Amino acid sequence: MSRRGDWVYENNGGTCVAIAGADYCVIAADTRLSVGYSILTRDHSKICELADKCVLASSGFQGDIKALHKNLAARELLYQHQHNKRMSCPAMAQLLSNTLYYKRFFPYYAFNVLGGLDSEGKGCVFTYDAVGSYERTGYSAQGTGSTLIMPVLDNQLKSPSPLLLPARDAVTPLSETEAIDLVKDVFASATERDIYTGDKLEIVVVNKAGTRREYIDLRKD
Amino acid sequence: MMKLDMSALETQFGAPAGEDGGLLFDVDGAAMPAMEFPNCRDFDRFQATTKDMVKNKRGTTTLAFIFDKGVIVAADSRASMGGYISSQTVRKIIEINPYMLGTMAGGAADCQFWHRNLGTKCRLHELANKRRISVTGASKLLANILYSYRGMGLSIGTMIAGWDEKGPGLYYVDSEGARLKGNRFSVGSGSLYAYGILDEGYRFKMSVEEAGELARRAIYHATFRDGASGGCVSVYHVGPDGWKKLSGDDVGELHFQYYPIQKTPVEQEMTDASTS
Repeated sequence: MSRRGDWVYENNGGTCVAIAGADYCVIAADTRLSVGYSILTRDHSKICELADKCVLASSGFQGDIKALHKNLAARELLYQHQHNKRMSCPAMAQLLSNTLYYKRFFPYYAFNVLGGLDSEGKGCVFTYDAVGSYERTGYSAQGTGSTLIMPVLDNQLKSPSPLLLPARDAVTPLSETEAIDLVKDVFASATERDIYTGDKLEIVVVNKAGTRREYIDLRKD
Repeated sequence: MMKLDMSALETQFGAPAGEDGGLLFDVDGAAMPAMEFPNCRDFDRFQATTKDMVKNKRGTTTLAFIFDKGVIVAADSRASMGGYISSQTVRKIIEINPYMLGTMAGGAADCQFWHRNLGTKCRLHELANKRRISVTGASKLLANILYSYRGMGLSIGTMIAGWDEKGPGLYYVDSEGARLKGNRFSVGSGSLYAYGILDEGYRFKMSVEEAGELARRAIYHATFRDGASGGCVSVYHVGPDGWKKLSGDDVGELHFQYYPIQKTPVEQEMTDASTS
């Protein structure tokens, strides 16, 4: 018999996707917040802009996600004050990994995707598990719709593994508009088959010129 | 009510992590980071249920062996979360420093974090003692940390391979607290398949190419039979000048290299319907 007092997590659903390009990064997440079969709100953002070139999208338990985002934003502010510059995306990636691992025995129930530009201006995406294992990739999907979305992204975007020796050139990456269209298509498909994904899609695009946000409607059923 | 002795886990200096500009580990290298524990009645059941819920990334077939020219270390690159392949491009061979490698099997986050921590401690040792740490020392540092977390659900099966003043060194260290010195190890769900090829083809006197090829074939066979192993086979060689990556091959392509398609004669051949 389980003791209700011990179980403190719940899954609020939702999906996050990020795609990295040669000089841009697209981070997208739906805006539905659910508990069980109920939708609590259609308008909840899962995306947090941690630094000017670094954006975090998380799905899972929103209580832990709020706490995690606040924690990281505070650490980034401290870094700014101490080093007189904003945190780079790879630096934030390792900070996030350590933050998650420090709660190894009481995990943040958050499935994260970190996207942005690295110090050379190239797009980067870091994908995580709930306790902090991370990897730099070209694209990623996390959340309840991730198993529906990842195969499509693999089909369109998969490039030769960075572990190959001799190294092989990656396939020509998509342009920014093509990547955004792909993200919209992929979310439309995930919304069809995942009950926790839908309502609205929030897309954040990070490039040399800065950060911009777009909202697209998805199915509300 | 379960009482945990957490005195080994407390930092020895008073300041909590991050207060004085991000110094997370103290200088003597012996203390461990303080970790938060849930305030629950049944710690083990909590850990077991959380593990099922988050389904952390786990890694799988790795191997290492010593031969007359050094140490060969090889691994696959697949990570699975339950039955879902979460990545085919995981780096399971971790470069602790230019002459020491660690392998990752078990929980991906556990291995990544503790290997990074070990790298930090090895560097601190170098700075404090003006000489590189030995493989014996590095593996002991890691084993002691893991022993103190024994029973808490960490899952790490790692090999520390390197070349120090005594020559090539290879240790197996795991989260149960084991630390074994040896000449040949394979760790992970595909290890049994890898052992079959490795034990059969192993000789102490081999050229570097032969040893690399043996390791590659052993991992390939493990990926062939074990669903949780796959992706790319990476093979590294650790010699007196440090480690060097020998090869990285996609397992799907290796299959056709080892077993090329044989054209079989057919009596009647079906032709495709013409598409206009």
